[in-house]
Amino acid sequence: MGYTEEELKKELQTKEYEYGFYTDIESETFPKGLNEEIVSAISKKKGEPNWMTEWRLDAYRSWLKMEEPEWANVSYEKPDFQNISYYSAPKKKNKYKSLDEVDPELLKTFDKLGISIDEQKKLSGVAMDIVVDSVSVATTFRDTLAEKGIIFCSISEAIKNHSDLVKKYIGTIIPAKDNYYAALNSAVFTDGSFCYIPKGVRCPMELSTYFRINQAGTGQFERTLVIADEESYVSYLEGCTAPSRDENQLHAAVVELIAHDNAEIKYSTVQNWFPGDKDGKGGVFNFVTKRGICHKNAKISWTQVETGSAVTWKYPSCILKGDNSIGEFYSIAVTNNFQQADTGTKMIHIGKNTKSTIISKGISAGQSQNSYRGLVQVSPRAQNARNFSQCDSLLMGNKCGAHTFPYIEARNKSAQIEHEATTSKIGEDQIFYCNQRGIDTEKAIALIVNGFSKEVLNKLPMEFAVEAQKLLEITLEGSVG
Amino acid sequence: MELKEKLLNSHLAFEEQSDVNEVVQTQRINSLKVFQEKGFPTKKIEAWKYTSLSSLIKKDYVLFPKNDTQVEFKKIKKYFLPDIETFKIVFINGIYSPFLSDTTHDGLDVCLLSAAFNQSKYNEIIKKYFNKSVIKDESLASLNTAYAREGAYIFIPKNMVSEKPIEIMHFSTGEQKTLWLQPRNLIIVEKNSQVQIIERHQSLVDHDVVTNSVTEIYAHNDALVDYYKIQNDLDSASLIDNTYIDQEKNSHVSVHTFSFGGNLVRNNLNYLHKGEHIMSTLKGLTILKDKQHIDHNTLVNHSKPNCESHQDYKGIFSDQSKGVFNGKIFVHKTAQKTNAFQQSNNILIDDKATINSKPQLEIFADDVKCSHGCTIGQLNEETLFYLRSRGIPRKEAKALLTYAFANNILQSVQINVLKKRINEQIAEKLGVDLGFDL
Repeated sequence: MGYTEEELKKELQTKEYEYGFYTDIESETFPKGLNEEIVSAISKKKGEPNWMTEWRLDAYRSWLKMEEPEWANVSYEKPDFQNISYYSAPKKKNKYKSLDEVDPELLKTFDKLGISIDEQKKLSGVAMDIVVDSVSVATTFRDTLAEKGIIFCSISEAIKNHSDLVKKYIGTIIPAKDNYYAALNSAVFTDGSFCYIPKGVRCPMELSTYFRINQAGTGQFERTLVIADEESYVSYLEGCTAPSRDENQLHAAVVELIAHDNAEIKYSTVQNWFPGDKDGKGGVFNFVTKRGICHKNAKISWTQVETGSAVTWKYPSCILKGDNSIGEFYSIAVTNNFQQADTGTKMIHIGKNTKSTIISKGISAGQSQNSYRGLVQVSPRAQNARNFSQCDSLLMGNKCGAHTFPYIEARNKSAQIEHEATTSKIGEDQIFYCNQRGIDTEKAIALIVNGFSKEVLNKLPMEFAVEAQKLLEITLEGSVG
Repeated sequence: MELKEKLLNSHLAFEEQSDVNEVVQTQRINSLKVFQEKGFPTKKIEAWKYTSLSSLIKKDYVLFPKNDTQVEFKKIKKYFLPDIETFKIVFINGIYSPFLSDTTHDGLDVCLLSAAFNQSKYNEIIKKYFNKSVIKDESLASLNTAYAREGAYIFIPKNMVSEKPIEIMHFSTGEQKTLWLQPRNLIIVEKNSQVQIIERHQSLVDHDVVTNSVTEIYAHNDALVDYYKIQNDLDSASLIDNTYIDQEKNSHVSVHTFSFGGNLVRNNLNYLHKGEHIMSTLKGLTILKDKQHIDHNTLVNHSKPNCESHQDYKGIFSDQSKGVFNGKIFVHKTAQKTNAFQQSNNILIDDKATINSKPQLEIFADDVKCSHGCTIGQLNEETLFYLRSRGIPRKEAKALLTYAFANNILQSVQINVLKKRINEQIAEKLGVDLGFDL
């Protein structure tokens, strides 16, 4: 055979983070620490209206009263919030009309990631709102979108130019006081994306943003707000990679989705932040609050591929408020070495005839811990609610763990809820079958993992599916069976 | 005075009344400290998220009932198994009734825990087993240990099959308006032995009785234990049932829980594996109505390789009844080749009925097969239509489907008369007479 499990294990351990590099862009960084002054200063720097400053301060004050949550099945060294710089922006503040004007260092960074903006722009028709450390530096295809009346810009721009829309929607799905990290985010968020699809418009292209954490010692707090007005459709992609850093970096994003009557939002994420090295040193803390609301006949679909971060907490949720609304959640979470992931979803059925589907695939290798934590709640007036949940875990090696914590609360007799979960390893017989047919062990594992994840990978938009498959390969090629 | 205070303060009086056995004494005092520290569980504790004891513990309870209550056998005859001979350990208001009981020391011991505490020949056994399997930081089990004095003591020596099933019966007569009972059972089944046990708590008139019971079961190599819990009490009675099972190599312990009544019932069922090739079976059938509340809380702790566990809980909830299923399978790193299955199926009959389910898996070993499934749904309208189109009235058709739903829990009941009895009870709950034995 020539390729033993031991060798695979070794190769996996020594596999360094391929995207670990650091771009030197001159940054303007605030002093470390957090207080009301810093919060006001961020707001001022952004040129925000008064109500926004007040809103941030409110959030900050309630954050002070909150305690860091501890219920998740993860353990980590608590971040020191006074040792983080809450604002960092690339110095060149002017907007670029063409790619030539963009900092060549930055372009090189994207080249290394295998994402050529140029190519993306020309070939794939993906509009990119590229965030490097907290401010957008390049926005493309805006003109095309503007024709349709679609607003796609950074949230700071939106606060300035579309103040009424932001004011109407921000914090309605995830109130500033929702939880510890959402409150922190509300107080100090520096950038993120804003998207508004007007009535009856079908967004002609996949909207996409790349987030990167770049400056050492800066946490990144994005805020994303996606509003799909009646009968509209949008597919939104978010992808992340981060450079290799030794100290832990904090990432606490908030994403709010609003799907009005008959609208549909598809939100896809590929997350590949620095997971720490093979000894569990370093890595990004990823504490994200994501939630969407569905009005009548609306649909929200979350798809995520999580391969990075040292610690992940993330529960993209759907509030199915309107009758006949649909919520979907497709997830692959891969953990290796010392990574810890506690992720899942919440489906809150409020309206009649609401449906939700949860497909969660967890793959753990090395000494990692991978948990699914989900809630399916059917309120008393949610007639004919329907839920199907499936959580499958794949374990590689006997030092990792897979955990499932589903909460199912049914308070309506017409509810139909199914939940099933399985845990298994890659069968020796499966690998033997492949070997027998001339497929080597490594390829066999890739094949099986691919099959295991297929249901979720299929849900990703074309552009992402390729990248996601690549990420799975990076994290798991050479994994043990 | 708050109930917690009362329980803490009354302990001194309890100690004075009780006979001294040093080992037990130490356990009692340590456990009281745990209870003092933890208090009653609140909804803030994850394991008690869906069950609140607050309405129970705000009442005042009699802790030490009087000694002299008698009950005529014919009054309670219907609660015993008909037609077959059994050993019986009967308690009236928590106090042993020799008149109603049928115990033995002939080969096996079927007697009282208080007797085992007091007689020196049992000292070694008490020292070896008493309170060893109980999870030490659980406040209610600790409260029971602090007040542990009376209950069933069953000892089956090696290579013995108990000829007759053993019935452990607790009756409350309502002489005290409110009553707080804390029975304690210790069951030891030695190598290659077998036993069948039926446990029941029953109040004879409407009155507020809370039973906080702890049962410890030790199954040694190749032992076979078959345990049935019948919970069909009046709506004023509440039960907190803590069961701890320690299993050794090749043993098989199965616990069937039939929950058809009671105000609030909480079952904490804990399995710990201490050897290989162990088989654990947990089955439950719940049929509730009105405002009844049930909470099944199970833990199967797989710590050794090559073991199996099967959990199967079915529930049917009408009116405003509430069901909670909180099952946990824990597979340690060392427990390779574990097969663990968990299934919870529920039917909601009425709009105000609620089900909260939380089937959890925590797995640290890779070569395992673990699965859990949970469903909540209704009887299929099309199936009902099919039956009705063949002349079966709606009510009977529904009952028939419910029987079918519950059937695989009943199938594994080993005592035929018990199976028949439960069938009758299901028919009674559904208000139908199908006129055939299942």
